Amino acid sequence: MKTDNDNTSTVSLDRRRDVSQNPLCLSGKGVTRIFGSGSKQNVAVDHVDFEFREGELVSIVGESGSGKTTLSKMLLGLLPVSEGEIFFRGAPRDISTRKKKKEYWKNIQAIFQDPFSSFNVFNKIDTVLLDCINMTGGKSLPMEKKTEMMTEACSFVNLKFAELTNKYPFELSGGQMQRLMIARIFLLKPKILLADEPTSMIDACSRATILDMLLNLRDEIGMTVIFITHDIGLAYYISDTVYIMEHGKFVEHGSADEVILTPKAPYTRRLISDVPKIHEAWDLSTVE
Amino acid sequence: MKNTLRQIFHSSKFVAGFIIFVGILLLLIIYPLINPGNPLEMIGVGTFAEPGTYVSVYDTVTTETETLKLPDAAVKRLGNVLKEADRQKMADWLSAMEIDVSGLDLSDTDALLAVWKENYDETARPAGMTKAERNYYKRLNASLGSLGSAGKMTVTEKDSSGEEQVVATIGTEDYVNVKDVPNTKNLVLGTDNFGRDVLKELVSAAGTSIFIGLIAGAVATVIGLLLGLLSGYLGGLVDDIIMFITNIFTVIPGFVLLILISYSIGQDKRGAPVVALVIGLTSWTWTARSVRSQVISLRNRDHVNLSRLSGHGLFRILATDILPYIASYVVMAFILQVSSGILAEAQLSLLGLGPKTTEVPTLGLMMNWAMLYSAHLNGSWWAYFPVILMITLISFSLNLMNTGLDQVFNPTLRD
Repeated sequence: MKTDNDNTSTVSLDRRRDVSQNPLCLSGKGVTRIFGSGSKQNVAVDHVDFEFREGELVSIVGESGSGKTTLSKMLLGLLPVSEGEIFFRGAPRDISTRKKKKEYWKNIQAIFQDPFSSFNVFNKIDTVLLDCINMTGGKSLPMEKKTEMMTEACSFVNLKFAELTNKYPFELSGGQMQRLMIARIFLLKPKILLADEPTSMIDACSRATILDMLLNLRDEIGMTVIFITHDIGLAYYISDTVYIMEHGKFVEHGSADEVILTPKAPYTRRLISDVPKIHEAWDLSTVE
Repeated sequence: MKNTLRQIFHSSKFVAGFIIFVGILLLLIIYPLINPGNPLEMIGVGTFAEPGTYVSVYDTVTTETETLKLPDAAVKRLGNVLKEADRQKMADWLSAMEIDVSGLDLSDTDALLAVWKENYDETARPAGMTKAERNYYKRLNASLGSLGSAGKMTVTEKDSSGEEQVVATIGTEDYVNVKDVPNTKNLVLGTDNFGRDVLKELVSAAGTSIFIGLIAGAVATVIGLLLGLLSGYLGGLVDDIIMFITNIFTVIPGFVLLILISYSIGQDKRGAPVVALVIGLTSWTWTARSVRSQVISLRNRDHVNLSRLSGHGLFRILATDILPYIASYVVMAFILQVSSGILAEAQLSLLGLGPKTTEVPTLGLMMNWAMLYSAHLNGSWWAYFPVILMITLISFSLNLMNTGLDQVFNPTLRD
């Protein structure tokens, strides 16, 4: 029950796909977020433009404090945009009322970095999963049907619902919690998934499992995945497109091969050289 | 939950406070069952009767007696009759006759009488003593003589025709058993200025004060919690407005506000619930502030974001994602509010702004009465000291419980 790598998984380059012809899913023009005012003003995200297409797996790569999480909160609609505009499926996103927000959140969901703080410790696992069924219009379904759906979602992420029922999330391991998060997404079937460093708090063995499940889920429901990470190596393996973020700005973007094999921006080169390589001396010369 | 409770009851501070508080509550519940009746009934006609057992003199006369020959009975009886002033006068006479009394202990009846009997002479004329004074000493000496003898006392009662009938003849060796006397009263803490049983009043007053504290604490906690939750979670303009109001209430000293409100309500409308409400309405500010700061640190947690993404509304998020996380804190704030509510009532009542004096006693009112009738000046400690002790014990036990809880919920405070 407590092992996370109980299935063999592979994350290989051939899962990449060409999505350049797909319709636009989420895009932004001059999106800016400013915290504070006056002399304490801090521009966390500085006039960024982006275009994410349907079914695309985009990685946003940058170091801590580069504005990745702020951008992700704005994309989720949890944080208002100071300037600029975000477009959802080509039209300006409108989340001015609670009803519209609720509608928007049926289309975009998130997996957060720290599985231990992602769940309300007072809610049972059943409550977490039932919430998702209720949100997607399954409120009036009979309980057997709901249980069936929850069992299916859990088995998708290699968890047994019968063993989880009446348990609290904190009774699980970090990897299991993150898999439960994926089960949640499985039930919600959103158009866009925003994964904010979903594997950074998980040990290396479980990481591959989690990533594999995420990619399977993307194939299953054909959603756009916005993958936020500081690990450019990981981004290279899984992404179709990579955006490199430095000090609140995108310094480079393009297909994964383009950006990582022929980096143009010095910041990208630095990020790449920071990745430790087995069997090779670690080049730290570019570290500031 | 179970684990938390176990931890709480392993904290020695909490347990100590809990035992004291439960002890007080048990006293409040059990004592009125043993000694029922109106706590404000004035049983004494005089003021400030000393603590002790009171036996009806009238009834003892007709109660069956036993003869006991106690060796020191006569001396004790004399000692009781011989007042402090008389003893001093006796010493004065002796020194006027140039007899050395410097080594004599005036409270030692035996020794004083021995010296007196040996030296007193009716015919002696000490220098500078008037005839009236000499006559006083003659009377004093005569009364001492009769007390020492085994005389009998006759009690008579006038019958319907106006003739005196002998009811009883009482000898010095007659004793009655206190349990045979039909009317005795044990006033453990004496009576107060109105002649009311202080212990009975104290028990009732402690109950009222705890009730006032609970109401005041509940009102303050509910207001503070609601405002703190809303201002902390919503932020922005709502936060600014709520904090503006809170700051105004903080800047105006709460106690002054309390006095003004209590005064303007007027004596006849001020029952215990009204006073409790007034205290609650003026003391919510720090609960609001501290709840707000706790909520601010919670509102950006991932589980709250997840709840928002799940489309939950404001009240559901506050109730399920924020309130449970600060519940322990709110319980502690509530306990402190109860404690400070009881103290605030005592302060208000001491100034004469407490509940109506005719309806219920409160701890503060008892102190107010004791102060008005100068109990502290005439040495009637039983009228105010037990009240102070009760207030201290209640707020001490509540604060002790709070400290214990704090140590359980905030491990950095454990010693």
